Amino acid sequence: MADPMKIRATLKGDTADVRVLMGHPMETGQRKGPDGKLVPKHFIQEVTVRLNGKTVMEGQISQAVSRNPVFSFRVKGAKAGDKIEVSWLDNKGGTNKTETAIA
Amino acid sequence: MNENRRQILTRAGETGVLAAAFAAGLLRPGELLAADWNKDAFGSKSAADALKSLGASSAADSKDIVIDAPQIAENGAVVPIEIMSNVPNTRSIAVLIDKNPFPLAAKFDFLEGAVPFVKVNVKMGESSNVRVVAEAGGKHYAATKEVKVTIGGCGG
Repeated sequence: MADPMKIRATLKGDTADVRVLMGHPMETGQRKGPDGKLVPKHFIQEVTVRLNGKTVMEGQISQAVSRNPVFSFRVKGAKAGDKIEVSWLDNKGGTNKTETAIA
Repeated sequence: MNENRRQILTRAGETGVLAAAFAAGLLRPGELLAADWNKDAFGSKSAADALKSLGASSAADSKDIVIDAPQIAENGAVVPIEIMSNVPNTRSIAVLIDKNPFPLAAKFDFLEGAVPFVKVNVKMGESSNVRVVAEAGGKHYAATKEVKVTIGGCGG
């Protein structure tokens, strides 16, 4: 998976604000390519957020999410330096993950 | 979440074992890749069907769900939607766009530690109600907000 992911986690009080960008085409299967044929569906189905290795949020998403999805999440009880990991899995089995320390 | 599945996927991708397994008919791709993905709900072509698949047909309207979305979205391909549920013990939030071909756009499950808040960009084919259904303590609560779209996001 060459598409990049970007992540940023900032602490506000005891809540970490996590913003993540996932590089992904998110094809709906309804769009026609230059050759006039429908571009097959290709989209992220699952998103998982972990705090220090423990899953805190699981998302299931559909093709209705925009291309190169950007999400914001909030995680309570986090401390500076804690590790936030975000991973995704798409409908073709592609996967990627990124992690950052909460600043 | 099934940890093993991920590991299997990662390792198999590296070694090509996965391809062999497919060839041998041992694994069916749909099951392997998205065992957790709610195919019925996401495949529903009407919001009512999607809600039924989620078991949320009888969601009560609630003012405790705050939807922050533009009244008028210029570009239907990227409509930012911010959701905060103030219903105590919210466990999941589902986002539906009534007039999209497949209304259910996303469903987020919040485990211990996560605030029931999410911000996500969605595509909207045309002006529609955005419906948010939150689950808390086995009950469903809903809120809607209308978003007008001037250029659709699902065209060719």
